[in-house]
Amino acid sequence: MKEVNISELERRFQEKIDNDIRIEPKDWMPDEYRKTLIRQISQHAHSEVVGMLPEGNWITRAPNLRRKAVLLAKVQDEAGHGLYLYSAVETLGADREQTIDDLHSGKAKYSSIFNYPTLTWADMGAIGWLVDGAAIMNQVPLCRCSYGPYARAMVRVCKEESFHQRQGFEIMTTLAKGSPEQKAMAQDALNRFWWPALMMFGPNDAESKHTQQSMDWRIKRHTNDELRQMFVDATVPQAELIGLTVPDPDLKWNEETGHYEFGEINWDEFWQVVKGNGPCNKDRIDTRRKAKEEGMWVREAAMAHADKRAKRKSA
Amino acid sequence: MEHLFEYVLRIGDDSLILGQRLAEWCGHGPILEEDIAMTNISLDLIGQATTLLDYAAKIEGKGKNADQLAFLRFDKDYRNLLLVEQPNGDFGMTMMRQFFFDAFRKPFFEALQHSKDEQLSAIAEKSLKETRYHLKHSSEWVIRLGDGTEESHQRIQESLDALYRYTDELFYSDEVQKAMESAGIAPKMDDVRSEWNKTVDYVLNEATLKIPDNQWKFEGGRRGMHSEHLGYILADMQYMQRAYPGLEW
Repeated sequence: MKEVNISELERRFQEKIDNDIRIEPKDWMPDEYRKTLIRQISQHAHSEVVGMLPEGNWITRAPNLRRKAVLLAKVQDEAGHGLYLYSAVETLGADREQTIDDLHSGKAKYSSIFNYPTLTWADMGAIGWLVDGAAIMNQVPLCRCSYGPYARAMVRVCKEESFHQRQGFEIMTTLAKGSPEQKAMAQDALNRFWWPALMMFGPNDAESKHTQQSMDWRIKRHTNDELRQMFVDATVPQAELIGLTVPDPDLKWNEETGHYEFGEINWDEFWQVVKGNGPCNKDRIDTRRKAKEEGMWVREAAMAHADKRAKRKSA
Repeated sequence: MEHLFEYVLRIGDDSLILGQRLAEWCGHGPILEEDIAMTNISLDLIGQATTLLDYAAKIEGKGKNADQLAFLRFDKDYRNLLLVEQPNGDFGMTMMRQFFFDAFRKPFFEALQHSKDEQLSAIAEKSLKETRYHLKHSSEWVIRLGDGTEESHQRIQESLDALYRYTDELFYSDEVQKAMESAGIAPKMDDVRSEWNKTVDYVLNEATLKIPDNQWKFEGGRRGMHSEHLGYILADMQYMQRAYPGLEW
């Protein structure tokens, strides 16, 4: 009898999905759907928070006051995205502190791109242009994700991301038409961030274990390779426009398909970084852990004070 | 005009250096909400600094802009308070520094709104809105930490003891200040001080914190005599403009 009920619930759930009716927190959902979303949304939240670090690295050294203010605003947006997303995870019954502990223990992942160092000011341009550009490709379809709170969070996040992408491209444009050393700085940043940006879309479809199920549940709308292709097609002409060279000797336009063909991604590097062996994995996690440990007394004090106030009020 | 230039620099440099200090917290706050709050306050301060230094550059009349004043002056030409250049320390130290400053800035901007200098009066009006939030935020934290746990009480009391010596300089008075006061441009420092005292007394009392017995006072920032810390702040902040002079970014 119970079996029948569950399969009936699953049938209704899938019917909603197929009819593009949003799933809301109190609706019945399969455990696996819930787990998949908790994994994906918390990973996304962690990426926003860890992503503050490589850019935070340049706020105090931004070259002028306007750039400093824009970068501050951008990093602040990212902290805000982290907050929305942690809240979205909580609607699924997950605990924010627990998901953060999973990040610190290495159990939960975040976008590998943030494990690369930001070495020059041009990296602020490259991150905005390429990393936020890739994030937009991933996130725009998520505005139509089957899970309501995630989809709604993405609508707001995407608006801000597109602003971030533009400011990054504007930094690159300024550098590319600047002095020879500025142009070299921009090219160097593109050289270092191009391939990691392509890796942001995840493994090839054939290797991606979650894609098909996520597509059936309409969490994802496009495969990794489709999104990667869209990104390359959109970004290569932008590089050409500002006179920078995409560091891929195999890159060429295919007249017939109407797409760019591009070289093989170094998947060994990708998996190494995912496993924790990227240039900054340890630094990033150590920094986040340290922030949590050093903030412990502050959080305890805030709780203790709130308790005292509540007691005084009721006394 | 020389006095006015000097006077505007003082206000602008306070905002700039404290904004720069707060930006160092980015990504390291005790909770995500505080990362947002501190970057937000930093952003307000950098915005104030930009307007004020632009105005200072205009008064100076040497064809400079805010960026040239921010990125191409040496430490002796900086006019900020010693308080705002003090290191962040722990979160309690940062909040105590912020509180002492905000408690000054609020009555300061309230009075500066009535300045005879229209530009300063407009800047004060806009900045006051921001400063009210900053003060609310920093006083709430001083109270929480002071009246929180034993550890937090002790930590923030130590921060208070360390920073109190820099608070007298908030009300620094010299011929520049006096000239600006008598021209009706600057608020009277005695009035600002009495408002500051009221806020500080109230908040420290709520926080169960005490003003230290050691009442030794430091000053120097307004005259360009800074602590060792400012050199490092400028080394970071001015790095790009020093390494690549005269470029657009």
